[in-house]
Amino acid sequence: MKCQKCDKPATFHITELTGGKPKELHLCEDHAREYLAENDTGDEAAAAPSTDSVQQQLAMGQTVEQLAKLDKQACPVCGITFFDFRSKGRLGCSHDYVCFEKELEPLLVNIHGETAHVGKRPKSSPTDTDRLTDLIRLRKELKTAVSEEKYEEASRIRDEIRRLEKK
Amino acid sequence: MDLEELARTTGEWMRGSGPDSDVVISSRIRLARNLADYPFITRASTSDRVEIERTFRDGIARLGDQLRPEWIDVAKLAGLDRQFLVERQLISREHADSEGARGVAIDAQEQFSLMINEEDHLRIQVLKSGFDLQGAWEKINAIDDLIESQVTYAFHDRLGYLTACPTNVGTGMRVSVMLHLPALVITRQIDKLFRSLQKISLAVRGLYGEGSQAMGDFYQISNQITLGRSEVDLVKQVGEVVPSILEYERKAREFLIKESRQNLHDRVSRAYGILRTAQTISSEETMHLLSSVRMGVNLGLIPEVGMPVLNQLFIHTQPAHLQKLSGSELDTADRNIERARYLRGHLSDGTTEVN
Repeated sequence: MKCQKCDKPATFHITELTGGKPKELHLCEDHAREYLAENDTGDEAAAAPSTDSVQQQLAMGQTVEQLAKLDKQACPVCGITFFDFRSKGRLGCSHDYVCFEKELEPLLVNIHGETAHVGKRPKSSPTDTDRLTDLIRLRKELKTAVSEEKYEEASRIRDEIRRLEKK
Repeated sequence: MDLEELARTTGEWMRGSGPDSDVVISSRIRLARNLADYPFITRASTSDRVEIERTFRDGIARLGDQLRPEWIDVAKLAGLDRQFLVERQLISREHADSEGARGVAIDAQEQFSLMINEEDHLRIQVLKSGFDLQGAWEKINAIDDLIESQVTYAFHDRLGYLTACPTNVGTGMRVSVMLHLPALVITRQIDKLFRSLQKISLAVRGLYGEGSQAMGDFYQISNQITLGRSEVDLVKQVGEVVPSILEYERKAREFLIKESRQNLHDRVSRAYGILRTAQTISSEETMHLLSSVRMGVNLGLIPEVGMPVLNQLFIHTQPAHLQKLSGSELDTADRNIERARYLRGHLSDGTTEVN
């Protein structure tokens, strides 16, 4: 893909969310820098990192093919694709941090300059709660089973949910 | 909770009684938390939202006297009442405007609010009058511990508390102070201050009213980073810059008094005069003039007005408050007339009682 402003290859793919409808931009490095500098507007940019800056950081430095492949990856728990996240700037469930761990890492470094939490921990579950995301998946499956009138399956899933909830 | 009753009072944090309240309006900390066994809000179904709200309500009810807030069902409120809670800083605009099951729990002194189903399942907020980040942190940490004893928060061994937006992950904490900096604005030093704060990754933003224009010389300073630093460090990071800003602002005020006392006195007296006599006035203009008067009061130029009255006027002249107080829905033109009437009533002899 060529840069929209010159004949060089487009290496920056930016989704701009400021003006109502999302705007896709494909630019070479020089034009991307120029574009980002122009859109860096004083006070607004000083506010806490916005969804827009998340978009920009995510889209930078990846080829079209890499992006396209990444975009199709979906979280097995909530079903959100990486594309959904890229376009909305919000994750779908806590398991996304596990299944998109590698993809999120550069973004976290960009925002926070760090990748590890050093603050307080919940006393009751100080290590990890990812196993509980099974409940999210099961409740969704239960809904589908009921709506498709698969009652035996629904009852099996309901038992599984109760078992997990008791833990 | 009776919102009509709430409208007539002002929250604890607005009393202007806290430390350094000539410059620091309030200190605020918020924590973002999510339940481990429900999807984040963007992927939550209607029934998920209902269950999330119930999980928190039931959990907090089990705490008994340790934490007994009043619940407001935001989903059932009329638009005006939601706007009222936004003006009061008890819920966010996003929370007011969204849809589906959502609520807020607050205490009678309005020192904390628990927003359910905002961007995250739970947003805990603590507000203190003046410069008191340490007090805010102790309070919010205790509330967080209490709620955490009843529910399971989404937590990752390496990444900490997990949030819907990666900009909040880790501590999920935003620490901020609201500052009144009129003298730095007049002496044109405010941009310089902003640039130096941005260099140490603190965010600065203006206070916005009905429109999107910054107004009233109010600025909020907060941390941008939430991961890789402890809560105590973040409180320290924001708290550290406040004393020097206090000093700059106070020096700039002294400079104005010394170098152009007459100009300054004229400026605040005119502002006071307009507020006392106007027949119709917008909320932007009111905010702008009250800001001048507030500085004048702090410098002893308008001795007859007390800070509690002024703080009350800042809150009560906002659109939804004005309508709640007058007991009827008003369009913009009628609001401007009602606002002017309210201001005249409370500033006419300068000795008006505050409730």
